[in-house]
Amino acid sequence: MSLSSVFNIAGSGMSAQNTRLNTVASNIANAETVSSSMDQTYRARHPVFATVFQGQESGGSSSLFEEQGQAGVGVQVSGIVEDASNLEARYEPNHPSADKNGYVYYPNVNVVNEMADMISASRSFQTNAEIMNTAKTMMQKVLTLGQ
Amino acid sequence: MSISFENALGIHEKALNFRAQRAEVLANNITNADTPNYKARDLDFSKVLAAQSDKSKNGHFALDMTNNRHIEAEGMSDGEASLLYRTPSQPSLDQNTVDSQVENANYAENAIGFQASFTLLNSKFKGLVAALRGE
Repeated sequence: MSLSSVFNIAGSGMSAQNTRLNTVASNIANAETVSSSMDQTYRARHPVFATVFQGQESGGSSSLFEEQGQAGVGVQVSGIVEDASNLEARYEPNHPSADKNGYVYYPNVNVVNEMADMISASRSFQTNAEIMNTAKTMMQKVLTLGQ
Repeated sequence: MSISFENALGIHEKALNFRAQRAEVLANNITNADTPNYKARDLDFSKVLAAQSDKSKNGHFALDMTNNRHIEAEGMSDGEASLLYRTPSQPSLDQNTVDSQVENANYAENAIGFQASFTLLNSKFKGLVAALRGE
């Protein structure tokens, strides 16, 4: 019955959006985490989503063009990438973490972007929950067949 | 004399099945609304309906078997062939063609269609039960 796979699909979506919310929380929490060197500074993290197709639910990277004949059975987080954009160096010689030139490095987290991402993730989560609810109503209806 | 469910229930059973399948495809679209490069899919109701009613009218498309060593082969697939790509209303930066609002509307419409098919199928069963009781 394909209705029951709607639960798996919406569930995978909710899980993926949850991961996205997690990275947003991590990014915002670390937005002001300063460091004295470039490579120790926190960088913004973003999840990469990929479609899951039948028979490859167990991980692995996926390309859309592998399977033309089927519609896919959900979404997965295929990885989490660090933002490669430039870190912000600020001249704060009185900061305890300042390097010998008096600079501290701030993460490349854009809080405005993160907030927008958070709203988008939470809306997507809600939609997936709603999809699951509708599928539940449809299945419950089927159980009353013949009554 | 036996009851043929195939004849008694008609196309409604298949319609219900189609609605369930379409719910899966649309749910997958909505779930992948944030996946880069994902292309939205949908099933074409009128095409599936035409194929099904053609099947029930003319029977299955089958190969002629002129030799007893020929193997029976059915021609028509059920619905998978009509799994199409949606035409996007506007391009997006990440090549994703899912329009959440459109998909949501389609999903809701599909759920209502499912209810309608279910009601029709249910009344078929009720009719059978009434006929069996003869009250």
